[in-house]
Amino acid sequence: MGAGHSHPLYLAGSSPVHRLPSEVKIVAAFLGVVCVVATPREAFGVFAGYLVLLGAIWAIARIPPGWILRRSLIEAPFVVLAVLLPFTGGEPRLDWLGLSLSEPGLLGAWNILIKGTLGVLTSLTLAATTPLRDLLIGMQRLHAPALVITIATLMLRYIDVIAGEARRMRLARISRGHDPRFLWQVGATARGVGSLFVRSYERGERVHLAMLSRGWAGEMPRLNEDVTTARHWRLGLAPAGVALALAVTGWILT
Amino acid sequence: MTTPPSLLVEGLAFAYPDGHQALYGVDLRIERGERVALLGPNGAGKTTLALHLNGIHTAGRGRVAVGGLAVEKANLREIRRRVGIVFQDPDDQLFMPTVGEDVAFGPANFGVSGPALRERVDNALATVGMAEHRDRSPLHLSGGQRRRVALATVLACEPEILVLDEPSSNLDPVARRELADVLLGLGTTILMVTHDLPYAVALCPRSVVIDDGVVVADGPTRDLLADPDLLRRHRLELPYGFTLTQTGAYSSGGAG
Repeated sequence: MGAGHSHPLYLAGSSPVHRLPSEVKIVAAFLGVVCVVATPREAFGVFAGYLVLLGAIWAIARIPPGWILRRSLIEAPFVVLAVLLPFTGGEPRLDWLGLSLSEPGLLGAWNILIKGTLGVLTSLTLAATTPLRDLLIGMQRLHAPALVITIATLMLRYIDVIAGEARRMRLARISRGHDPRFLWQVGATARGVGSLFVRSYERGERVHLAMLSRGWAGEMPRLNEDVTTARHWRLGLAPAGVALALAVTGWILT
Repeated sequence: MTTPPSLLVEGLAFAYPDGHQALYGVDLRIERGERVALLGPNGAGKTTLALHLNGIHTAGRGRVAVGGLAVEKANLREIRRRVGIVFQDPDDQLFMPTVGEDVAFGPANFGVSGPALRERVDNALATVGMAEHRDRSPLHLSGGQRRRVALATVLACEPEILVLDEPSSNLDPVARRELADVLLGLGTTILMVTHDLPYAVALCPRSVVIDDGVVVADGPTRDLLADPDLLRRHRLELPYGFTLTQTGAYSSGGAG
C-alpha cells in the first residue's frame, strides 16, 4: 500500500517498526508524547531516558540518527521563543559569563526545548516509518471522522495537481512579460491566486461528480484487509509502556 | 423474451437551475453491444445528456432507462453501477493514492469485497494493459496510461454501458490507437461523446448528432460524416485533408 507515493519525511524500509499497523504506531506515538509532556521539567535524567528509547527505536527501524536530526530542524523557529525566556524571566537571577539570567526563565526554556524536541523526534519517527497513505488508514481505523479522512485523502492526491496548475498559470503569466519582482505587478499574482482558487473549486466539483458516478455514498470503502492483532498492539505499545515507566519515575524522583 | 436495450432515452428535456434550457426532448435507443458516437458542437448538450444517464442530473421531462431499469432515485445505486462514465480529464477521475485502490473504489462502493474485489481489479487492469502499474500513483503515469486506468476504474464495475467523454483528447497518436484497440476489444455497449470525427469513424459504426438540445441526425457514422451540408450546419468538420465517401474507406489523401 502507498508505494510510489512517498513524502520527504518517509524513509522506505521493511523493519519491524515499518511493518507495524499504522494505528498502533499512531497510538504509541501519541501516548509517548503525553508521557513526555507530563514529566516534571526538573527530572533531567528521565528526559535522557526518552532519548535513549527513541534511539533504540531508530536502531530497530534502521533510521540513521543524522537523517532524523536534519529533519528536526523544522523545530528551529519555535526555539527562538525559548531562547528569550532566560533573559526576560523573573527572579532569582544568576550570573553566567557576565550575563544575568533568570532561573525560572532557564527552566522554562529547557522545558519548552526538551519537550518540543522529543515531540518532534517522536513525530518524525512515526512519519519516517509510515507512508502517508497508511497514516490515513490508521486514522480511519481509530475512528477519526470519515469526512476528515476523505478531505485528507483528497488533499494528498490533489496537492500536486493543483501545484502543477499554479505552475502552468505562472508560466503563462511570465510568457506574457509578467515579472512579479516589480511591486506594481504583484496584483496579477494576487488575481492569479484567486483564479487558482476558482479552478481548484471547479476541479473539486468534477472530482465529486466522478466519485458519485462510481457509487460513492459519503464513506470511503475499506480496501485493505490486513488485520491488526493483539500481538501487534503489545509490540507497538511496548515503547509507550517504557515511556510511562519513565514518566512515573520522574514524578517519584522530583 | 427480448432483452431490453442498453439505453433508452425518451423525450428527455432538462433546464439548469439558472433557467438555461440544455435539452429539448432527446430520443435515443442503443441496443446491447452497439458502439455509438455522440457528436455535436460545443454547448450542444452532449455532456448534459451524459450526466442524465446515471442520474447525476434528473430529467425535467421524459425518461431514461438503462438495461430496462428506469433512472430514478430508488434505483440510483444500481444505475450508477450499470452506467460507467469515463470523464474527460483522468485527473478528475483518479483520486486515490494508487492505481489499484482507484480501480477498487467503484466495485467496493457497490459491495464487492475480498478475493472477488481483487479479481475485479486484476481483470480490469489487465484488460487495459496496466496490470504492472497497480501500486503506482496515478500522478506518475503518462496521459495515455492515465486514460486507460480511468477506463479500468469503470470497467471494474462491470457496466452495462460505457459512456466516454472525449476519450481521445490530449492523447498522442500512439496512445489514441492503444486506447482504440482496448475499446474495440471490450464488446461492451459504448456511447462515446467526441469532437474527434476520425476517431468516431474508427470506433463507432453508428453516430448521433445533437445540436441545440435535440437529436438532429442518427445513422451510420460514415454516411453522416460524408454529408458536408449536415456537418456544416452543426459546426462539425473533418480534419484538414480527410475525405469520406459513403461506401469507400476513408483516406487522408491531402494531408500526407
